[in-house]
Amino acid sequence: MALTVSGVSKTFAASDGGSVHALDDVSLEVREGEFVSIIGPSGCGKSTLFQIIGGLLTADRGDVQVNGRALNGAPRDIGMVFQEESTFPWRTVLDNVAFPLELAGLGKGEREDKARHFIRLVGLDGFERKFPDELSGGMRQRTAIARTLAFQPSILLMDEPFASLDEQTRILLGDKILQIWRELKQTTLLITHNITEAVQLSDRVAVMTYRPGRIKRVIEIDLPRPRSSEIIASAEFGRYVGLLWQDLREEATRGMADSERKAG
Amino acid sequence: MFASRGAGPVIAGLAAVAAFAILLETAISVGLIGGFVVAPPTAIAAALPKFFAEEAVGRAFLLTFGSTFAAAALAALIGIPVGYALYRCQLLGRAYENWIGAMFSAPLILLYPMFLVVFGRTPAVCIAMGFLVGIIPVILKTREGLLAARPVLIDVARSFGASEREILRKVLLPAARPPIFTGLRLCLIYAMINVVGIEFLANLGGLGFLVGEMFDRYDIPAMYAALICLILTSALFYTLTGRAERWLGAR
Ligand SMILES: Nc1ncnc2c1ncn2[C@@H]1O[C@H](COP(=O)(O)OP(=O)(O)OP(=O)(O)O)[C@@H](O)[C@H]1O
Ligand SMILES: [Mg+2]
Repeated sequence: MALTVSGVSKTFAASDGGSVHALDDVSLEVREGEFVSIIGPSGCGKSTLFQIIGGLLTADRGDVQVNGRALNGAPRDIGMVFQEESTFPWRTVLDNVAFPLELAGLGKGEREDKARHFIRLVGLDGFERKFPDELSGGMRQRTAIARTLAFQPSILLMDEPFASLDEQTRILLGDKILQIWRELKQTTLLITHNITEAVQLSDRVAVMTYRPGRIKRVIEIDLPRPRSSEIIASAEFGRYVGLLWQDLREEATRGMADSERKAG
Repeated sequence: MFASRGAGPVIAGLAAVAAFAILLETAISVGLIGGFVVAPPTAIAAALPKFFAEEAVGRAFLLTFGSTFAAAALAALIGIPVGYALYRCQLLGRAYENWIGAMFSAPLILLYPMFLVVFGRTPAVCIAMGFLVGIIPVILKTREGLLAARPVLIDVARSFGASEREILRKVLLPAARPPIFTGLRLCLIYAMINVVGIEFLANLGGLGFLVGEMFDRYDIPAMYAALICLILTSALFYTLTGRAERWLGAR
């Protein structure tokens, strides 16, 4: 299914009595089966946009449409993977992944079979009975991804799922994500602040400005599919990274100056 | 019999008790501690058969255990929903938190004559007093635990279309389980102290009454035997709550 974000704006009341203009007239389209990334500096409103698209937050203006139909608080066919650690610590990997199936009212046997399938898909077979605190950060994040996949959404929405991981794990998990994406053919929107990750995975990358968050530019990543992380070594890849950094540098600089001013 | 698995901790625990008994025995025999105030452990051990044979220890235990359990069960049944209400309504929560906390440190046991007037000389006095004191930590710890539940976990459930009820059952309560059980343990401790205290003060039967009775007869070893029964009762509660928590966690 296609995802359309049109004219979304959001302003927060700040604790100091002022306001934070987080998003300003953000519009973006993700076509059916496409892999799009949004990249932007820290604090530019990425998670805010994520929550609005996922229906956890309402926009001040604009709307989000799936296949041309506006979603006004209706249950949506969008699966979310959160930036923060989000596994349930009191549930095993198996029960974490089976959670959305439990909500859907599936019987124990059926939901465990399905959950096992998605656990295998993210490469966590053998860890079904482990609790999150017995796993590494990367494995926990894969558990969260498997859980969202088990929801079987037609649109997958991920907010910096690998932000807390080291670079190598992140690149390897990128391969895994691409492999799953090929298999499930889900329309995917990935939010990230990592340039390599954006180029490695996406068909298109949307660059966001620092506050208020706007879409500054959308860059088509014309690299061959299917891709693997080896592509990182290619000159073409480097060119895209350079291109994106040009766009991002100014925004990141503004963001940094802003947070330094606040700290000072 | 304690919560941890394996024989090691149990043996270590018993060894510590034995060491303490030997030390106490020695201290009393060399005159460091007066034998009229503290009975030598050997005397307590010697008094046990007679104590169990002549006193209705089993019935006293059942009464104290039952009253404490009833008080704590009522406190849980009402305290957890009240804690949830204070969590849901932030304004009420902030308004009442300090009052409830202040009540906790107030000597509520002094109200027991009032309860005697209301309930007569029945175990209901003990249950009501135990409930009144025990519900406070349940309310406070439930609210605290729910407030500490990470918002992202609630968002996860919401993103999967969970209803408010499902969020409560499958996210909030499991997330708040450890603090809620801390509250329940505190509840049992305070309920038992109050139950025993009133049994003692108002001669209402139970282990508390038995302790007082032995003291009145100046049978010090028997009085300590009754106290040991009390300690074992509280250890039993501790073990039971540990079991219950693990049983809930395993589901
Ligand atoms: N509920 C809120 N109330 C007030 N301000 C908020 C709220 N949520 C976000 N903000 C502010 O809005 C701005 C954008 O936040 P957001 O979390 O969307 O950024 P982000 O791009 O996801 O950042 P990061 O890369 O660090 O995850 C920030 O300045 C933040 O402080
Ligand atoms: Mg964010």
